[in-house]
Amino acid sequence: MKATLRSLLPCLGLAATFLLFASIGPSAFHCAFNLKTILTQSVIVGIGALGMTLVIVGGGIDLSVGSIIALATVLAAKVLGLGFLPGAVLPWAAAACAVAAGAGCGLLNGFLTARLGIIAFIVTLGTMQIYRGAAKWAAGEQTVTAPASWLNALMEVDPTPAWLVLAPGAWILLALAGAVSLVLTRTVFGRHVFALGSNEATARLCGIPVVRRRLLIYALGGAFAGMAGVMQFANLTLGDPTAAEGMELDIIAAVVIGGGSLRGGEGTAVGSLVGALLMAVLRNGCNMAGIPNYLQNIVVGAIIIGAMGLDKWRQRAAET
Amino acid sequence: MAGELKGAVPAGPPADGRTLLHPRPLLRLRGVRKAFGAAQALQGVDLEIAPGEVHALVGENGAGKSTLMSILGGSLAPDGGTMEFLGAPYRPPGPAQAGNLGVSLVHQELALAPHLDVESNICLGREASRLGFLKSQGGRVREALERLGYGHLDPRTRVGDLGTAERQIVEIARALFQDARLILMDEPTSSLPARDAENLFGAIARLKARGVSVVYISHFLEETARVADRITVLRDGRTAAAGLPASTPQRDILAAMVGRPVTEIFPSAPRTLGDTLLSVRGWISRPGAAPAAFDLRRGQILGLAGLVGSGRSSLLRGLAGLGPRIAGEMGMPGVPPRDMGGRIGFLSEDRKEEGLALNLSVRANATLSVLGRFRGPGGLLRRDAETAAVREVCAALQVRYRDPEQAVGALSGGNQQKVALSRLLLGRSEVWLLDEPTRGVDVGAKAEIYRLISRAAAEGKAVLWAGSYLPELFGVCDSLAVLHRGKLSPVRPVGRWTEAEVMAWATSGAGRP
Repeated sequence: MKATLRSLLPCLGLAATFLLFASIGPSAFHCAFNLKTILTQSVIVGIGALGMTLVIVGGGIDLSVGSIIALATVLAAKVLGLGFLPGAVLPWAAAACAVAAGAGCGLLNGFLTARLGIIAFIVTLGTMQIYRGAAKWAAGEQTVTAPASWLNALMEVDPTPAWLVLAPGAWILLALAGAVSLVLTRTVFGRHVFALGSNEATARLCGIPVVRRRLLIYALGGAFAGMAGVMQFANLTLGDPTAAEGMELDIIAAVVIGGGSLRGGEGTAVGSLVGALLMAVLRNGCNMAGIPNYLQNIVVGAIIIGAMGLDKWRQRAAET
Repeated sequence: MAGELKGAVPAGPPADGRTLLHPRPLLRLRGVRKAFGAAQALQGVDLEIAPGEVHALVGENGAGKSTLMSILGGSLAPDGGTMEFLGAPYRPPGPAQAGNLGVSLVHQELALAPHLDVESNICLGREASRLGFLKSQGGRVREALERLGYGHLDPRTRVGDLGTAERQIVEIARALFQDARLILMDEPTSSLPARDAENLFGAIARLKARGVSVVYISHFLEETARVADRITVLRDGRTAAAGLPASTPQRDILAAMVGRPVTEIFPSAPRTLGDTLLSVRGWISRPGAAPAAFDLRRGQILGLAGLVGSGRSSLLRGLAGLGPRIAGEMGMPGVPPRDMGGRIGFLSEDRKEEGLALNLSVRANATLSVLGRFRGPGGLLRRDAETAAVREVCAALQVRYRDPEQAVGALSGGNQQKVALSRLLLGRSEVWLLDEPTRGVDVGAKAEIYRLISRAAAEGKAVLWAGSYLPELFGVCDSLAVLHRGKLSPVRPVGRWTEAEVMAWATSGAGRP
């Protein structure tokens, strides 16, 4: 009962925010095209947030995802520019390379935290800089142009086969959300992620291979960031080593708004998806309603703190 | 059912197997030893557990019970001796492997994942799956709960929403789920109300009927007499009496627990008692405790004996204003209530977590509560005056340290404790509430701390000393009172107590045996 209420809260928040903008904003806000736009705008943060959900539920944090996204856009653009590969393979190779690089970055994060025992916040604060530097180095400190390919169509609000209705990236987001949800709630690995975040000592006591699980969690988180990077690339149609700066904070905020606890053991894929949507609705709604940018920042910040305050208050009410 | 169990030992105890040595014991320890640095925690423990037996392990604090449990549970490796389980050598490299072999430890600080539900906690690490997807094991989980008489507990309940008693049952059910043949319980009733303790005893009886053996650590002798088939007494890391029948008179068990030579050197500083500094009337600091009343006089060291969980700490913390006061009055004659705080000093039993900021310097730790005294012009701290005061007090306490800027965590346990005491000295408090002031301190430093505190008392402090090590209390204190589950005995001069009387009160709350 309490759990259902808890998972409903982010949805209620999303509905309330949407209704608010629908009433104060222009009618263009709630037209079908804008709804599809909002969904598409939430794809990058949303995919990153799905990976971050695994990391946060497992009791960790990953500040390097923004940099991983930038690195992924650069690598995707570089691979697309490789002349010696056949044209049909190139987009697939570019996407695979971006995701694999993300997974590798995540694996390094996991290795540094789980094996060397440095706390995740510090490790990923460092690798955030390192991966950003790597992206700039790979790009030669400038944007990397790439020949057009079907990757660019991933984020088109009106997709070319019209029967798709939503942008391919939005479908990918929804499919990944379903997959992460399934993994977290229905698999042994998911159960171990929760146990690790809830009480690591207990997990170790019960014979769960803590280090290996952590490596996998961070690698998956990185792979999702790599996938988000592919979407970012599709958006920009070029590789940009300065892309997604600060996006890790939006991604973490989406998870937290969606019910994830930074102390671990709590969080859902659907909640994080809703959190990402809520952020997109806020940004889009503020733009449509002509609310100036500085006010947007203040509103987004207030929403994050408000969501947490509400959750604390609810917890305290449940305890007494 | 028996077919499921591992190993060849038949389940079910022979009815007459209680007092005799079992021909094929489930577990047999011979001469198990364990040292932590220079401290010998275990110096030769023998123990035999029969199949389907509830075996109580008793002993004073520091006798080595918890170390022994950790060794059996696989989280510590012994230094020497032999261990056999089901007739084969037993030396698990970790708790998970001990669990696989059939030995499970139910933890005092319960080892559960609060965010997961009952079923997930019970299956943790042993999930059934197909292609990585979880398969429900609700049937086996419910069976484990039913075996403990808790079939009504919904496996879907979040463990964080359960009370302590039910969490304990979940842990025991986890052990059953792992087909444990031996369940180790470390003071399972210390945090339980009486009614829940009854339910736990019921669950233990059911385990026994199923042929599962239980090693049961408890301080409460009336409890062990009820629950256990046999009792083994540990003293100073050795087996003092092995496999006593449950019908052994309490006084014989107590004799086995306390009968050891007193090796510490206690100071015999002459002290004269002065006027009353603190008087406590009708004091209750935790629910269910009986009102406590006593006076503390200048020059007096009043010992507060009692076992872990008896309420010593909550009494002291309540008086220090760190814990709740449910009822009662405390007063210092001639001192208005708002000035009392500055005259009462408190020493925490948990030096590492609470008593000291380990990564701060000796100077910062010593002056933390009296920084106002070193405030100079413009609100800046006068570092030279502060350092001089720290040097002086550390010299008086004979702290062995390099310089005042050294991190206090780099000092030995005894010297850390002296730094904690230096804060009381600098604070000029008159009433000292000391919670286990010699915990985690080696014998040499203990003797120094005894001397320092009795000198402070001789110079006019009034000291309330909570401790669980009886020779220490008898050696240092003028008078003594004993707590049993929140009930305080009358205060009597130490000469009018015997160790056996103190243990009797501490374990049963009764008067003179």
